[in-house]
Amino acid sequence: MTFEESTSTLPSSLLSATDDGHTGIARIALADSTTSRVSYTLDSTLDSVNKVEQTAEQYAQRAGFDEDTIPYIAMAVREAAVNAVLHGNAYDLTKHITASFETTSDDLVIRITDQGPGLDPDTLPDPLAPENILRGSGRGIFLIRSFMDEVNFRKLHPGTELTLIKHRTPAQSGT
Amino acid sequence: MSMKVSTRQVDGVTILDLSGRITLGEGSVTIRDAVRDLLAKGQKKVLLNLADINYIDSSGIGELVSAFTTVKNAGGELKLLNLTKKVQDLLQITKLYTVFDVRDDEASAISSFTK
Repeated sequence: MTFEESTSTLPSSLLSATDDGHTGIARIALADSTTSRVSYTLDSTLDSVNKVEQTAEQYAQRAGFDEDTIPYIAMAVREAAVNAVLHGNAYDLTKHITASFETTSDDLVIRITDQGPGLDPDTLPDPLAPENILRGSGRGIFLIRSFMDEVNFRKLHPGTELTLIKHRTPAQSGT
Repeated sequence: MSMKVSTRQVDGVTILDLSGRITLGEGSVTIRDAVRDLLAKGQKKVLLNLADINYIDSSGIGELVSAFTTVKNAGGELKLLNLTKKVQDLLQITKLYTVFDVRDDEASAISSFTK
């Protein structure tokens, strides 16, 4: 991959956590006066899922969320990454997922994309319905919606982009 | 940290002491294999001790549900013991808290199994 690396002020812990050369991870950083955004491109592996989850946790901490909220943001992002790797790209190592993290004055915004066949959220069965309650799967999107303030789906060609937004409180925005 | 499991028997009940994470690729397959092994040996009273499970995702929740239905379909009982607050919250959000028989005391959990 040929992503250019920015020299902006990014947390060094993220660099060491992700740029290990084994997972095919690459990143591009964009920054302006009001937002900071970093994107990663990763292989379709469970290792990538774990790295995206860890990175989400660090961004949530940096955005000022409290210790009760941070694990749920990280879990929502993990679920989105699992969907991308497992259901979207089906572990196909010729396909990649991307994860971008953006902190604005109002929000923490995480976008996860895959290169899979596409996901129609309207067709997902309700995991709380009595006929589905004992199913062994199908709760990922539900949990994402439970933990985030906004969840948006966008069809790509090919693939799906999932945007997860958590609102920052005024106190958090000031940090 | 991946999930670890150790097994002990108390009054005819098999207690699986689980620790770590139950997530896709970490603990989920382990639970499945452990429950399958117990049923193969005729051990149908299963108590999952989740006191040291510090993290569970939707795959892990699904695995608990699958273990529950597998044991039930085999004529047995599977109960949960010592949920952390996070796991309890997740089961409540997913409306599964009342599906499982959840206990917070080992002795009473053991005595609650059908004799």
